[in-house]
Order: sequence, then C-alpha cells, then structure tokens
Amino acid sequence: MDAGFAYAWLVPALPLLSFAIVGLFIAPRSRQAAGLVATASVLAATVIAVIIAAQYYVAFPSGGDAIIAWSFAWLEYAPGLTATIGVLLDPISVLLLVVVTVVSLLVHIYSLGYMADDPGSGRYFTFLNLFTFSMLGLVVAPNILQMFICWELVGVSSFLLIGYYYQKPSAVAASKKAFIVTRFADVFFLIGILLLGYQGFQVAATVGVPDGMQVFDFLFLTAPSTVGALGDASLLTIAMVLVFIGAAGKSAMFPLHIWLPDAMEGPTPVSALIHAATMVVAGIYLVARLFPAFAGSADALSVAMIVGAFTCLFAAVIACTQNDIKRVLAFSTLSQLGYMMFALGVATLASPLGYAASLFHLFTHAFFKALLFLGAGAVIHAVHSNSIWEMGGLARRMPVTHVTFLIATLAIAGLPPLAGFFSKDLILAAALVNHHPVVFAVGLLVAALTAFYMGRIYIVAFLGKARSDSAEKAHEASPVMLAPLLILAVLSLGAGFIPVTEFVGLPSDSGHDHHGPAWLPYVATAAGLAGLLIAWVIYRRPTEGEAEATGWRVVLQRQFYSNEVYLFVTKRIIFPFVSAPIAWFDRHVVDGAVNLTGNLTRWSGIVLSRLQTGQLQTYATWFVGGVVVIGLLFWWWVR
Amino acid sequence: MSLVPGLEHWFILSTLFFAIGLYGVLSRRSAVGVLIGVELMLNSTALNFVIFNRYLATPFLDGAVMMIFVIAVAAAEAVLAMAIFVQIFRSRHSVDISTMTEMRY
Repeated sequence: MDAGFAYAWLVPALPLLSFAIVGLFIAPRSRQAAGLVATASVLAATVIAVIIAAQYYVAFPSGGDAIIAWSFAWLEYAPGLTATIGVLLDPISVLLLVVVTVVSLLVHIYSLGYMADDPGSGRYFTFLNLFTFSMLGLVVAPNILQMFICWELVGVSSFLLIGYYYQKPSAVAASKKAFIVTRFADVFFLIGILLLGYQGFQVAATVGVPDGMQVFDFLFLTAPSTVGALGDASLLTIAMVLVFIGAAGKSAMFPLHIWLPDAMEGPTPVSALIHAATMVVAGIYLVARLFPAFAGSADALSVAMIVGAFTCLFAAVIACTQNDIKRVLAFSTLSQLGYMMFALGVATLASPLGYAASLFHLFTHAFFKALLFLGAGAVIHAVHSNSIWEMGGLARRMPVTHVTFLIATLAIAGLPPLAGFFSKDLILAAALVNHHPVVFAVGLLVAALTAFYMGRIYIVAFLGKARSDSAEKAHEASPVMLAPLLILAVLSLGAGFIPVTEFVGLPSDSGHDHHGPAWLPYVATAAGLAGLLIAWVIYRRPTEGEAEATGWRVVLQRQFYSNEVYLFVTKRIIFPFVSAPIAWFDRHVVDGAVNLTGNLTRWSGIVLSRLQTGQLQTYATWFVGGVVVIGLLFWWWVR
Repeated sequence: MSLVPGLEHWFILSTLFFAIGLYGVLSRRSAVGVLIGVELMLNSTALNFVIFNRYLATPFLDGAVMMIFVIAVAAAEAVLAMAIFVQIFRSRHSVDISTMTEMRY
C-alpha cells in the first residue's frame, strides 16, 4: 500500500476544519476573507483528492482493491459491534472524491463572484464548507453507520442552503419541504440499515467476520461469501427495498421527487453543487455501494429499475413545459438521476455493464449539469429573472456564458463527442444487453425529450431578440464566475474520453458483452438531434411568450398534480385520521398522566395545608390525639 | 374499711388534675385560662413526684425536693408568660388566642 493513501483523511477533514474556523471566527468579521479561506481549504482538498485518485488508478488500473486508508474505533458498544470512522478507498469512492472536490471547488470559486454583493455570504461559505465535508465523509464512509451520519449531515446542509434567503417565505417553505421529505425517506433507510445489520449478524454467526472488519462495514456486507449467505435470508428483499427508499428520497426518485424542484429556491451555485452534481447522486452512490447486496435480491433491483425508468420519463415530460430556467434544469436532473438508477437496476452481478454505465453517467452528468446551473446562474444574475420568457438574445451580450451553455446543452443532449454521449450510450446499451427492451425504449424516448427541453431553453434564452428590458441590458458575468464555466466546459467536452468504466468494474464481471449493438450510437445520436430539431422548429420564431397552457399541457405544467396529491394525502387523510388521533392521545392520555401526578400532589398539598390553621389549640388537640394514639399502640404492643 | 387514701386514690386525683388542666389548655379562649391549665398539669406531675416518694422510696426525700424545683420553675414560667401576655395585650387589646392565627399556611 502506498503511503500516500494514509493522508486521504485530509480530504474531508480540511473542509471540516475550515467550516469550524470560518464559521466561528472569520465569517463574523469579514465575509471576503471567509470566502477566500473556504475556497482555499477546498482547493487543498481537491489537490489531495486528485493526487490520491491518480495514485490509486495507476496502482489499480482495472478496478480493484478496496483500501481502508485510515480508521479509528469511534463507539465501541460491544465486541463485534463497533462504530468506526474511517476512509475507504475503492474505485467508486475515489471517483466520487474527485467529482465532489472538483465541482465543489469550482462552485466555491464561482460563488466568490456570484455572492459578492450578498451581505450574508460569510454564512453561505460556512454552510458550503459544511456540505463539502459531509459529502466527502459520505463518499469515503467505510461502513453504513458513518454513511448514515454523513447522509443526515448533507441533508442538514442542504436544508440550510435552500433556506439561505430566509426572509423569503417560499425559500423557507422549500427548505422545510426538502428536509421533511428526505427525512421521511431516511426513516425507511434507517429501518433498512437495522434489518441489514440484523442479517449481517446472522451471517457473521455462520460465516464469521474477517479480522478487522465490522458487521456494518461495506466490505463485509458486499463480500462474495456474505452475499451468498445473505441471499438465503428471507428479509433481504425487504431490507434492500427499505434502503432503496432512503436512496430514492435523497436522489428524488418518484414519488419522493417533490422536494427537488422547490429546492431551486436556494442560491443557484448551491443548486449546481448540491441539487445537481453531488448530494442528489448520493442515492445512486448508495445503491452502487451496496450493489452486490442489491444483486442478491432480483426484486429489489427490479424496484430500482422501474422507479428509475419511470422517474426518468416522468420528469423529462414535465421539464418540457416549465418556464423557470432552474425548474427545467431541476426536472432534467431528476430525469438524469432516473437514468442512473435504472442503469443500476438492469445490471446484474454477472453482467454489470449498467453498474459501470451508471457511475460513468454520474461522473459526466456532474460536470455538464453543474455547468448548466452555473450558466443559468450567470444568466439569472444578469437578467434578474428566472423565467426564460424574459430572456432572449443573450448570445451576443454574454458570449462566454453562451458558448459554455451551448456545450453543456449538447453534452446533455448526447451528441458526440461530448461527455453525455458516451455515458448515455452506455446506459442504453446496458438496458439492451441485459434484455430490457421497454426500459431501453423509455431511455431512447427520454434522450429525445432531453434534447428537446434543453434545446427549448437554449433557443428561447440565448437566441432571437431580447424579451425584456433587463435582458436588453444584460452584460457578461465577472471573470471569477466565467473561469469555473470554462473549466467545466472543458470537462464536459472531454470527460467522456476518461475510461471510467475500466476503473469501476466489478470483480464478479464475467466478461459479458460490453458494447451494445453497432447501430446504437447512431440511433441515440439521431434521437438527440431529432429533439433539438423539433425544439428549433417550434421555438425559432422570436415570440413574445408562450401561449397560455391549455388542456393536457396544464397537467404537465402542474407536474401531474403531484404536489396537490401530496397535499391531499397529508391534509385530508393523514392529518385528520392519523395525526389528529395521535395528537389527541398524546395531549390527553400521555400528558394527562403527567399532569395527573402533578395535580395530585398539588391538590393533596392544598387539602393538607388546611391543617395549618394558625390556631394554637387546634395544634395542641392534634398533638394530644397523636400522643394518645401512640400511647394506645404502645400499650397494645407491650401487652 | 379504712378511710385512709391509698396509692391508687392519689393517682386518680393527679390524673384528674392533669385531665382538667388539659381540658383547660385545649378549650379556654383566654390566654390566662390556658396558662392556668398548664399550671394545673404541671402540678399534677409534681403531685406524682410526691406520691412516688411517699410510697416507693419512703426513707428518702428526692421526690419532694423535685416538687420544690417544679414549683420554682412553674413560678418563673408563669411570670414570663404573663409578661408576654401583657405585651400581646398592648398591641392587640386582647389575649384571646383563638384570634391569633397569623402563623397560618
């Protein structure tokens, strides 16, 4: 083992340290210094992460060994039950380390420009550092307990950052919505962890736990011998589905997707970092991390596949009708997460092309989606509106933003040789190779839809004539904001050539077909081109605005009424029939018992205090009576 | 039948004294009446000292001496009590102890 890996703990530790220092000492004094220190700490973490990744992939060029680079026992409950905190380096955690640090660094730099005029930016950078630490801790977690802790920490930082503009009621509502929905899913995740741990203990009793491992370690849970034994356990499907619900909550899979579009109330760089590139892929990462255990239960993987494919189509259809540029991107994120999820769902242990494809798409998507969000942020910064119908003609006024946005649009539309082409192609191939024609058809349709809605916002926002005064006066963003755009544009152009799939293969891979049919790239590209062409035909004329939506388009614009359904279920069914009786029970029975003991004491005190009349002779009478009673008792006892 | 009183007769007498004194303490509304009751109870115990001395320790005089002490203490106590009553009377214009209920809950 290379000594360099021993410093891997610095990657999450630096943002944590900076979070504490910036939050406690620097942010209250100077927000400029806070931004610089926060960015510097992430820069250092990025450098270390990239060095580690280079060392790791050079040492293990074709997928390979997992290394516990650093760990210590944190809570020792009992022999065999110790919660450890550590750093696990394996192909996918190293991949995510690079993605998270690079995107986080670029978002930090971008934020230096984007938040320059915001009086609260010290707080902003503090939270951003907290998020970076939590996400890195999640990525390197060697056991499911550390992952759960960091899982909650990213949820908290997401909550804090969505509600950053806390004077805005809609932002406050959105942050609460995001937190409650993901927490709701996390309850299932926690139950799933407990079930999985229970089975782990049962397996440990028969197979035994290797030295230096704990039952909750991913290396134990995904080891071939454990998986073989886990497959016998009848509860495995339930446990994995529960874990999947947790992953679906974080990755905003249908029907837990409702928080993500609202989460766009946060500052745009936050949307780029948390709600596009990193946090929302935590669910994908979790499923990939536990993939051998998931593969032990075909039903659990089928659930992932169906939910992923449905979310993919559902969100893409909605994205075509939204007018808020960030909401289009949010639904696009949902749709792309659906891609990754169903890619995992179609994979099997013997033919894990989908597994590699999913992580590859995660890798490329992080760059071009962050670029889209940062580009949208630059546009919003210039136009002061989120509506695409108040933009237009920005190509001339914001040339750099325009070119980078165009690159990202083509990348997500899946045109060669940009990043999205390779990964999307691989996902579609995985669906075909593992014989899921319906899922393949959905994926192909969504590829066209993706190109359509991205073409729509690109054409409406950047081409034609300005549709508002502010769009007329828009000017290019500052260089500190443009630099991350350019770097991400280069990554979106080139990330597809990085052979990620070579690195992240599973050892169980039996060397199945790693390529789809030869016609697939042409069909996929044609689908993307068709989508762009349709968008061009519909939106090329510089209209003032889209006609008021009617008929079925209202249904789409209202996102199939999913929010209304949630409101109905919670307000009309859960609140009166579940919550109200429980609240009544709590208020009257539980609180009643507590109040009863207090009141009994008080009442008896009131009654007994009547004895204290202040009348000397009353006291004397009681005293004599007491003496007589004691005397009688004594006499009776002596006798 | 001898008319000379025996031990039990003296005990009945002292018990009567004690009971009458107790009744006075518990029932009189005047503080002075209460004090008289207390004196009566004290004297019933003093009488017991004399009775025990007479019947159980004839050649000695310890009980009689103790009775002298009790009378002395009772006298001192009566003086103190009367002084307190005078002070109370000055401030309240009454020594009716049933009205003295300030030390209440």
